[in-house]
Amino acid sequence: MDKIIQELNTRNMKEETPSFAVGDIVKVDYLIKEGKNERVQPFIGQCIQFKGSGIAKTFTVRRIVQGEGVERTFALHSPRVTNVSIERGPNNKPRRSKLFFLRDRQGRSAQL
Amino acid sequence: MTTKNFLLAKKKGMTQIFREDGSVVPVTVLDVSDCAITLLRTPERDSYSAVQVGLKQARDKHVAKPQRVAADKAGVKNYKDHCEFRVDSVEGFELGQELGADVFTIGEVIDIAGKSKGRGFAGSIKAHGFRRGNETHGCQTVRAPGSIGQCAYPGRVFKGTRMAKHLGNSRFTVKNSVIEGIDSERGLLLVRGGVPGPPNGLIQVSTAKTGVQPK
Repeated sequence: MDKIIQELNTRNMKEETPSFAVGDIVKVDYLIKEGKNERVQPFIGQCIQFKGSGIAKTFTVRRIVQGEGVERTFALHSPRVTNVSIERGPNNKPRRSKLFFLRDRQGRSAQL
Repeated sequence: MTTKNFLLAKKKGMTQIFREDGSVVPVTVLDVSDCAITLLRTPERDSYSAVQVGLKQARDKHVAKPQRVAADKAGVKNYKDHCEFRVDSVEGFELGQELGADVFTIGEVIDIAGKSKGRGFAGSIKAHGFRRGNETHGCQTVRAPGSIGQCAYPGRVFKGTRMAKHLGNSRFTVKNSVIEGIDSERGLLLVRGGVPGPPNGLIQVSTAKTGVQPK
């Protein structure tokens, strides 16, 4: 990659990214605009994947809303993602990096 | 013609930036530092109006003699690459005047011209998007173009029939791109979407000919 682009990316990236891992139940604080006001809308769920690298790195959070699985993908370096905090870790550390098998599971078997 | 802004640039590559609202924009980074006016073409002298722009200063020994002498005559520094941009009138432009990324504004609609990557002698699938034949069931014409005409009448292949050809390595213009970011300090232009040519390719950026500028 070109040096100029590397520098540009470093400037646009967050200096410190919140540390969490696949399998963690996380709370993502996302800034949304409501009319003129801005407020933080938290999204709580299980992190099921990291994707991409550098400034393009994203992570996906999955939760069940009214019996329906909902997944949201956030850009790790987006200025709108103000904070990601770990609610609790998994009971058993997952052995794989993508937890897509959780999509087919329900109830207790969907727990790690 | 309304005011036309232009610059010579070097393509650096692609990345992404975040907008205020959190949306992600794919951008190409253009290096426009060290760009200056090297020659003015006037109707009296050259029978047309244009501004010649140079990019990246070069040492004497790296510039061919015709360009070196021309630069000496005009009293400007030596530049590696040159390009002319047609203008209505050269008024307001000065020899040796340095052009920076700030000649453009964010949101401005621009045309980007450059030399596309060479693909060599490309078949009809790559060059024209023809469909390929079956790979199985005994077929032997997988990437062949197929029929290129009829029979005894007309007894020839029509002109312009699409066939394999030398592809790329030719001038290509991307119209109505949008400037997403400007860094005049570092001499960078961030342009939404792709730009023709390889990294470090020479790129001409100018205000769009046909696109509608934002108000």
